[in-house]
Amino acid sequence: MTDLPLLTAHALTRHYGNHVGCEDVSFDLYPGEILAIVGESGSGKTTLLNCLSCRMPASSGAVSYRMRDGEMRDLATLTEAERRFLMRTDWGFVHQNPADGLRMRVSAGANIGERMMAVGERHYGRIRGTAEDWLGRVEIPGARIDDRPTAFSGGMRQRLQIARNLVTAPRLVFMDEPTGGLDVSVQARLLDLLRGLVGEMGLSAIVVTHDLAVARLLSHRIMVMKGGHVIESGLTDRVLDDPQHAYTQLLVASILEV
Amino acid sequence: MADVSQKTRLVLQDVAKSFTNHLRGGIHLPVVSGVEFSLAAGEVVVLGGPSGVGKSSILRMIVGNYGIERGRILMRGEDDGEFIDIAAATPRETLALRCNVIGYVSQFLRAIPRVSTLDVVAEPLLARGVATLDARRRAGELLERLNLPAALYDLPPATFSGGEKQRVNIARGFLTDHPILLLDEPTASLDAANRDVVCDLIDAKRDTGVAILGIFHDEEVRGRIATRIVDVSGFSARKAA
Repeated sequence: MTDLPLLTAHALTRHYGNHVGCEDVSFDLYPGEILAIVGESGSGKTTLLNCLSCRMPASSGAVSYRMRDGEMRDLATLTEAERRFLMRTDWGFVHQNPADGLRMRVSAGANIGERMMAVGERHYGRIRGTAEDWLGRVEIPGARIDDRPTAFSGGMRQRLQIARNLVTAPRLVFMDEPTGGLDVSVQARLLDLLRGLVGEMGLSAIVVTHDLAVARLLSHRIMVMKGGHVIESGLTDRVLDDPQHAYTQLLVASILEV
Repeated sequence: MADVSQKTRLVLQDVAKSFTNHLRGGIHLPVVSGVEFSLAAGEVVVLGGPSGVGKSSILRMIVGNYGIERGRILMRGEDDGEFIDIAAATPRETLALRCNVIGYVSQFLRAIPRVSTLDVVAEPLLARGVATLDARRRAGELLERLNLPAALYDLPPATFSGGEKQRVNIARGFLTDHPILLLDEPTASLDAANRDVVCDLIDAKRDTGVAILGIFHDEEVRGRIATRIVDVSGFSARKAA
């Protein structure tokens, strides 16, 4: 167990005018840890994810991240170049809609290769070989390497987006409803894949989802959000099996059993 | 601490638990209070008392699945090791305890789509750093001992019968060498032959110094494996039940 956090949020707050996006959120994320942020639409979970991942400035509070050299840096103090380097190499961001995370007009292979080039890989054969290997790992036939994502199904696009994000071996991946909008069978395949890859690569991840079953399957720890505030947090199975807050009890009691 | 010896692995001190259901107007449901007992290496302690007195809840508290309101749940993996209170542990500490110190065979297997039986069973070994091939081989051997047909190993257990699922769950719990093992009615839906296998497995664990705490409704099984019975009725909030 490493005792130094990878990312620390301190009193993170984002207001939209008078409206609260998220307020006073603090937590530590450790290497290898998967944190799920759950709550219904409008609870502030995506706002929080965007503030954590430098995609949106916070109104107040701070996010610190442990760089590869071991130094903990306040993300607000990074230069634009440092921030972009971080986002392109050490972090991944998986969007709910794959079209937001992929380049739809270039081939599947180029989508993966582009991230590799961002970390300095220049050798065409190696790039193509790695891209092919990653297509296989996300269960896309290698023969589709030259096809554009526009020719892919929704599930394949989402798997391609995951390959594109993981090829640089990031240490932290942000995911915004990674299984939202997919058929359940496609969802199961994606979840199994994510679970395997995340475990294998020892990644840390922050996953926003409104699906408690996804949270149970993927995460170690849960934060439940309502009205921009974290109302309950803790070990995933404990929060789901012994929920304390009225709202968490309502969420858990609302799951349909098959 | 009272009555703690070198061999002590688990100590519950004045543990209390209740549920408050906010969806039903904040109704308060006490489960247990004043729970006190300990468990030593090489013991098989069976929790006794009728259904509904809180036996399963006690196991869930010990493994950190349920929070508690009062008391301490202290555990350690070796003689003279330092006790850790799982009731006060962080999520990360709780997961580390589950990985290394305390194993738990739940009443029902939670199947994960697409994950094969062999991988379900091997997973706790992989989490402890055992190589994949070795972990899968050991998983297969244990499943074979539990008479699960080899044709099922590559299938996800979601569609298995109750008894088959239970054997997968048992194999998963018994494959590792956790110093403390909790068993929630592992023999409930097994036939006599497989029940015997599970009893043998429990005996073998005890012989290697594992501390075992379980719930068994089957008198015969209980008589065969228990070294001591702790009656939970006295701690129950539903004494009349």
